[in-house]
Amino acid sequence: MSKKNIFLILLVILLTFAPLFLLKNAEFAGADDRAESAITEINKDYKPWFSSIWEPPSGEVESLLFSLQSAIGAGIVCYYIGYIKGKSVKGSVKK
Amino acid sequence: MKKNYNIFIISFLAFILIPKAAYGMHIMEGFLPPKWCILWAVLCIPFIIKGFISIKKKIDENPKGKMLIAMAGAYAFVLSALKIPSVTGSCSHPTGVGLGAVIFGPYVASVLGLIVLIFQALLLAHGGITTLGANTFSMGVVGPLVTYGLYKFLRKIKVSSPVSIFISTMLGDLATYVTTSIQLSIAFPDKTGGITASLVKFMSIFAVTQIPLAISEGILTVVVFNVLYKYNRDEVIEFSMNKMEENCNE
Repeated sequence: MSKKNIFLILLVILLTFAPLFLLKNAEFAGADDRAESAITEINKDYKPWFSSIWEPPSGEVESLLFSLQSAIGAGIVCYYIGYIKGKSVKGSVKK
Repeated sequence: MKKNYNIFIISFLAFILIPKAAYGMHIMEGFLPPKWCILWAVLCIPFIIKGFISIKKKIDENPKGKMLIAMAGAYAFVLSALKIPSVTGSCSHPTGVGLGAVIFGPYVASVLGLIVLIFQALLLAHGGITTLGANTFSMGVVGPLVTYGLYKFLRKIKVSSPVSIFISTMLGDLATYVTTSIQLSIAFPDKTGGITASLVKFMSIFAVTQIPLAISEGILTVVVFNVLYKYNRDEVIEFSMNKMEENCNE
């Protein structure tokens, strides 16, 4: 079971990083940025009618918040997995 | 010499563009005309209400379920924070709501999706408050509904549990971006080609970029589900709406 999981995780890593090596000159900007330019292409007069209430002041701050988001998530996910694993081991020892 | 020049141009462009670029895939703040913002938001409301009722019911039945729900939400938090490069040369991120949809059903996943989207709209300027309705509809309603519907169907025709989870979360993720493309093309029909021409354009941006990411999300969800199933079989079965079918699991 766990060997299968490790194989699957390696597969995900491969899928994630393959584009970086296959497309050497690509910019890897966000898909929503490209959508913005597509919108202006279709309708030149469109002006966004509302802008974000608060925007991270720099790319660094933005990446801080994004990593914070995944860190909080990963913390909870791993806490839970550790909790149920510990519980199941304890249960099987008692039996 | 030419190559150096190209590298210079690319790094220069990267230098000006990156700090301002809001990476990802949700519809950007202000980029949907008001009437569409309202329409999509209204369409989401029944799903969100049903989701809250469903969460309350599940917690009342078994207070321990709180942790499993929190864990499914946290999983969506992680996955939607990861901006992953794709074969089209741009980046997008998975949704992560598929796990919640498989275990708790589509409505709980709608609430989880909404929470993630609010966090990203307020703190990350990613997506937006005005477009929250449209984004919740694609990521919290259509995605989970497709995932859940497909999962039930595949289990019914006796496809093994891991394969069902893989296919259903992968296509649910993809369905989210197809929905985003549709939402944008209805709001911005091409002057000559109409909605169809716009749809092709937005699909090539969102949906194609998403294909490898959707596969990754499918695989990761199988891994997490394997772990949950191994250590906490009872609770997963109790909450999953597929109680009857679980006995034909490996």
